[in-house]
Amino acid sequence: MTPTGNRLCAMFLGVWLGLGVIPAAADTQVAAETKISSFTLGNGMEVVVIPDHRAPIATHMVWYKVGSADEPPGKSGIAHFFEHLMFKGTTNHAAGEFDRAVAEIGGNNNAFTSYDYTAYFETVPADALERMMSFEADRMRNLVLSDEVIATERDVVLEERRSRIDNDPGALLDEEVNATLWQNQPYRIPVIGWMQEMELLNRTDAQAFYDRYYTPNNAVLVVAGDVEADAVKTMAERTYGRIAPGPDLPPRERPVEPEQNTRRTVTLADERVSVPSFSMQWVAPSYNTAQPGEAETMDLLAEILGGGVRSRLYQELVVRKHIAVSTGASYSGTMLDDTSFTVYGAPVGQASLEEVEKAIAAEIARIADEGVSTDELEKAKKRFVRATIFARDRQSAMANIFGSTLATGGSVRDIQEWPDRIAKVTPKQVKTAAARYLVPSRSTTGYLLPLAKGGN
Amino acid sequence: MQKFFTPLHHATIPFLAMLALLLVFALPARSDVNIQEVHSEKGITAWLVEDYTVPIVTLRFAFEGGSSQDPDGREGLANLMSGLFDEGAGDLDSDAFQEKLDDVGAEMRFSSSRDAIYGSMRVLAEDRPAAFDLLRLALLQPRFDQQPIDRIRNQILTGIDAAERDPNAQARKQWMRAIYGEHPYARPDEGKRQSLAAIAPDDLRAFRKSQFARSGLHVAVVGAIDAETLKADLDHLFGDLPEGQDLKPVERVDLRLGQEIAVTYDRPQTSIQMAFPGIERSDPDFYAAMLMNEILGGGTFTSRLFAEVREKRGLAYSVGSILSNRRYSSSLGISTATRSDRASETIRIIRDVVRQMADDGPTAAELEAAKKYLIGAYAINNLNSSGAVASTMVELQLAGLGRDYISRRPALLGAVTVDDVTRVARRLLATEPAILLVGPDMKKADGQ
Repeated sequence: MTPTGNRLCAMFLGVWLGLGVIPAAADTQVAAETKISSFTLGNGMEVVVIPDHRAPIATHMVWYKVGSADEPPGKSGIAHFFEHLMFKGTTNHAAGEFDRAVAEIGGNNNAFTSYDYTAYFETVPADALERMMSFEADRMRNLVLSDEVIATERDVVLEERRSRIDNDPGALLDEEVNATLWQNQPYRIPVIGWMQEMELLNRTDAQAFYDRYYTPNNAVLVVAGDVEADAVKTMAERTYGRIAPGPDLPPRERPVEPEQNTRRTVTLADERVSVPSFSMQWVAPSYNTAQPGEAETMDLLAEILGGGVRSRLYQELVVRKHIAVSTGASYSGTMLDDTSFTVYGAPVGQASLEEVEKAIAAEIARIADEGVSTDELEKAKKRFVRATIFARDRQSAMANIFGSTLATGGSVRDIQEWPDRIAKVTPKQVKTAAARYLVPSRSTTGYLLPLAKGGN
Repeated sequence: MQKFFTPLHHATIPFLAMLALLLVFALPARSDVNIQEVHSEKGITAWLVEDYTVPIVTLRFAFEGGSSQDPDGREGLANLMSGLFDEGAGDLDSDAFQEKLDDVGAEMRFSSSRDAIYGSMRVLAEDRPAAFDLLRLALLQPRFDQQPIDRIRNQILTGIDAAERDPNAQARKQWMRAIYGEHPYARPDEGKRQSLAAIAPDDLRAFRKSQFARSGLHVAVVGAIDAETLKADLDHLFGDLPEGQDLKPVERVDLRLGQEIAVTYDRPQTSIQMAFPGIERSDPDFYAAMLMNEILGGGTFTSRLFAEVREKRGLAYSVGSILSNRRYSSSLGISTATRSDRASETIRIIRDVVRQMADDGPTAAELEAAKKYLIGAYAINNLNSSGAVASTMVELQLAGLGRDYISRRPALLGAVTVDDVTRVARRLLATEPAILLVGPDMKKADGQ
């Protein structure tokens, strides 16, 4: 651990949605060069093109509007497991052929699964774009799943669960904190799945999942890099455009949370832990579920309260009181359903976890009671706008912003208008949001404690 | 804490932490990167890639030395010092300095590795002059006030406490001691409780003075700035540093192989790490070794280890190999994590894959594919942001490779033959490795 480690996470969570927006400050030539296009193919597949001509490379991504929160009951982990299976053979290409085709041009490929989406990507020399599209379009419909392939790959994801979760007490706790925060909404189930359900996932489950969700009308194509929109359109029509649309999928209406009236706690005491820590979470609206301006307010609240070394929490607990080794706040706005707002902290030296928790509660109360100053709000806004310019330096970051937003109910326009909406947030709105959502008596807290010192 | 934004990937390539060392092998050949060499009036040299697409300037630099220069009894000095450059400089105390940095909107970072201390700054082009003023102040007149020292030191100490009962962290420490012996590389970067407690402001001042000098400085800049402007900036930032570094000699070290370290840990997964001899960059077979490593367990989903351990048998989520070059030592590492009741089987399979490579070398087709990958991959791995390009240019300088390395590299890789790879495979892989196992007792686990 480096002393500055907790500074790095400062910007990324808060400005996720806004990264990649062209700010008014940028000069017109730049704005012209990063002109973003979007259109829809005849079969319903959405397309976003983000030109970036600095290097002759392109990032090609296909986002499916399906994630772990869309899984059938009892089949947890199928979305992620299926993502692994997409790397197996198709009727046209043997297993490994796609990977080799990417490797031999020096490309990168991978995929990832989250609650609301699953995405596949290749970063390749720009002249290989159509070849990638052709492979990706092929596996959208022509995957071949054998029992043998299923059994071996299931072992791989079970090992992945052991690596990521079972080997890490913090991850184990997070899993159960989420299952406690969310009593009804499917975000309560871990993306990787519960072990006993993962062990039983089979070919029938995988095939059903594939047939239902892997269709052009449930997918978003994002291409960023040394490309032009017209050329991308022609190539997309020649590849993806030939796939027949699937049946219309019903709206993604999932169970939502009932009103929370309790303060819930989850405690894990583990022999591997020496320094205690805690996190407290609340259900909060996401960009997709919030009233206008509310999610932007939550982003700014997280930034002012706990976004990096200039935040209230860091300054008060780490710098002035010397009681915390780390502390901060985060808000994950890019979610289809209601999301969470989190604060966290761990004591330094001889300070106690209780002191840290109390001090964090006091800072939250201070914002809820007294609000924020215009000066600190303007500084936070300025940091966000700056981050949008920095983000344009990374092709993959741009592609991720557009893909994740479109897969969670947002639009290209939402992203482009984000800086304006951030600019409009008032100190009063921040105060109101803190008072409304960050209520200690309706929260969910996870404690990670050393074993020797016992429970609470 | 970014729970909802930790998507699960199809695969991760292991050893991510060591990737920085590899950047050097992966510079873009296909790209049009035009690196200018800029010499300032006071004799500072920098590599510059001028690019106005995004209105930002990215600066990265390194001073040779790093934590292997920590004085005995003051281990952790380089790491602690790296945390203090935004904690006050000149007339500005910690709060005032950070306030100004935030106002000008500059990101300033320092970090230390075993072999160098790194610094970087990223700023909107229009704010560059004010940002560079602050960086100059941090470089030349850091305050090292007692309060921030104590605060950052306590954070590091708490980090040491936090790792106390973490079997993987403790195993890693044991492993470093076992393979590096008494060499400075064996010491933890963050130091120890006692050595950290002993560090006084004067230690920091003396250490900065000995490390921050022009003779060991390497600078790279990317973005919206021209050579003439940069020349003046270079003198402003670095021109007043003393000429010579005062470095203590560090000896080369050969890894202590042929040993097994088992850390017993009652969990359902065993992590396995192996270390084989590495190869010096100056060695005529270096590029053959790069290709061999790529075929064995490199950065794609097509390596032999990936195929045998994961694809065919489902024994692990991540498995791979890496060639690593530190300044005073080199190694080839293999790592994976597997369910404990099949750990012996996994080790046997890895050993078979290694033996086969040592005995028979690669096929012509494998070598061809690896060449295509390594030649093509650099543009994608190293041109994906200004920060990556700047970082690559600094690593090239640290490795003593010229600006023309980028254009020479494809031919260096292209010239390697199957015989070359076979020869180097035998040389590196026929040795009995050092092995680290973290998990349940292997004999008991097998019997389950």
